[in-house]
Amino acid sequence: MAIWLTKDSKVIVQGITGSEGSKHTKRMLAAGTQVVGGVNPRKAGTKVDFDGTELPVFATVAEAMKETGADVSVIFVPPAFTKSAVIEAIDAEIPLAVVITEGVPVQDSAAFWAYNIDRGNKTRIIGPNCPGIASPGASNAGIIPADITPGGRIGLVSKSGTLTYQLMYELRDFGFSTAVGIGGDPIIGTTHIDALKAFQEDPDTDAIVMIGEIGGDAEERAAEFIKANVTKPVVGYIAGFTAPPGKTMGHAGAIISGSAGTADAKKAALEAAGVKVGKTPSETARLMREVMS
Amino acid sequence: MDLFEYQGRDLFERHGLPVLGGGVAETPQEARAIAERLGGKVVVKAQVKVGGRGKAGGVKLADGPDEAEARAGDILGMDIKGHTVHKVMLAETADIKEEYYFSYLLDRANRTFLCIASVAGGMEIEQVAEEQPDRVAKVAIDASKGVDEAKAREIVETAKFPAEVADQVVDIAVKLWQAFVAEDATLVEVNPLAKVGDGRVLALDAKVTLDENAAFRHPDHEALVDQSAVDPLEQAAKAKNLNYVKLDGEVGIIGNGAGLVMSTLDVVAYAGEKHGNVKPANFLDIGGGASAQVMANGLEIVLGDPSVKSVFVNVFGGITACDAVANGIIQALALLAERGETVTKPLVVRLDGNNAEAGRAILDGANNPLVQRVDTMDGAAERAAELAAAGK
Repeated sequence: MAIWLTKDSKVIVQGITGSEGSKHTKRMLAAGTQVVGGVNPRKAGTKVDFDGTELPVFATVAEAMKETGADVSVIFVPPAFTKSAVIEAIDAEIPLAVVITEGVPVQDSAAFWAYNIDRGNKTRIIGPNCPGIASPGASNAGIIPADITPGGRIGLVSKSGTLTYQLMYELRDFGFSTAVGIGGDPIIGTTHIDALKAFQEDPDTDAIVMIGEIGGDAEERAAEFIKANVTKPVVGYIAGFTAPPGKTMGHAGAIISGSAGTADAKKAALEAAGVKVGKTPSETARLMREVMS
Repeated sequence: MDLFEYQGRDLFERHGLPVLGGGVAETPQEARAIAERLGGKVVVKAQVKVGGRGKAGGVKLADGPDEAEARAGDILGMDIKGHTVHKVMLAETADIKEEYYFSYLLDRANRTFLCIASVAGGMEIEQVAEEQPDRVAKVAIDASKGVDEAKAREIVETAKFPAEVADQVVDIAVKLWQAFVAEDATLVEVNPLAKVGDGRVLALDAKVTLDENAAFRHPDHEALVDQSAVDPLEQAAKAKNLNYVKLDGEVGIIGNGAGLVMSTLDVVAYAGEKHGNVKPANFLDIGGGASAQVMANGLEIVLGDPSVKSVFVNVFGGITACDAVANGIIQALALLAERGETVTKPLVVRLDGNNAEAGRAILDGANNPLVQRVDTMDGAAERAAELAAAGK
């Protein structure tokens, strides 16, 4: 088992005919993912060949779901069209939409999130600006390399793609149940807390790696959640201890986050919640080794 | 992108918000001309993207054109918290009776927007929030509904604006929201929003942050970039589509993925504590597909920084295979040599992940005396710091 994405998940790709979409569809198929089709209204009715696997292209997400039983959509459309692609996925009530696209205007992300809530929050949105979700050995929805690690009993949730890969690599002898890249944008669908909650409930996950970075107060809120709700061991890492203060942090922004936002504040909050926090990725891996052995 | 006050004022004016007449000057003579146009008393304000300019002497009153020219002369070229003043804004003066605070901003935690309003304006809102929290109203904005008149009334009532200004503030709240949406802002802040002698409510300051991700639908925002503040290396990197930030250390950093590069800066800074206190010289994320060309461009930028004494290339091959990265590095050095740029600074390279063994073999085979291979991130950071300290 794993969280949100299993070997039974049926995946469609919005933007399957684009360069990124087709490149990663090929990789997802090679990783054993059940990719069952794609969406592109201009190429509806055609088929696309991926090294011998022919996939049908549908006009809409709803049609693709009806014809294939898909329950996951991975979205690779350019930033200008991402909002309407996500709204289409929400309208079709697909259970999971993974938004890989980088560079989505934050008002668009806020708009599709509000739309999802208005319609009863039936779609779990991961991203935007994320590497996706991988349950090694079972299924892969996004761009996380499938061959870094086999399946195992560590769960991982991260704001950063390459740091996800780094930690998966350092702990590949243990393996992972699921790795979720939630993305580094200011407004994202799935949060650290959502993933922590799912890993806590997942019988096949024994321990959790949580990777954060400077900005916002998601890590501080995750720390509070861990203190109250998570009994499985959590090991944390925060990137950006020595980064200069960001220019985008407005005056008024500081008022909601208080002292939050710095790596030191995040580390302190996590440690107060009983989370061991590594100073570097390798120290973080070492802390997880101690937990697992 | 943060705007200067004068740019924010112009943006407010375009969206129908009540502002005072003003203009921006780069020389004392221009300041005089604007003061003549405005007539009467003016205020001369340093244009810097940092708070506390008033205390630093960057805001002065002037009785007329002569004095405006003199005050502009004093303020232009001043250093305010490390920011050189290149421009001053001149504005009409106001007979301020009351000062309020009003802003819209992103609320990351709740994945929506927030209005913060207070009848205690004119000072830092953080201070008000701390000392008189009951005078700071925070009202969540539903991103799908926005701010219409009813929502604006709710804000005005929650913040307890005085009855005599309520209608004006409602109108301002709606227009400010329209500006926030139309311009793809992530912050619009008016402090103070002031009631003046004749009873009008005016936006006397403007703080605006625009979402750079939305630049594709705002071609006009390009003109708002402050060219004088752009670091030449950052500008060169941007022209090559590289994500580069200049820092003030000695170890050049090249990596793939924002998180990994941020982490690399940390690891190098820690290593530097043991080696002459050297620090990272830059942030440079070359992204996923690091071709030889992209690597060459990256190396060229980093080596073009005279304070760089060593370079740390830290790549985790995810999608990208490390043999391609290794070839990229070797070809990049050859490319730079072809361009006549002799590389003399040592490169420490750490390759891990996809095809790491093949990549390392390529580096070893190339036998370039400048390239040192260290296979762990911590070890490579240590070596790069040591080399930078030695080259200082």
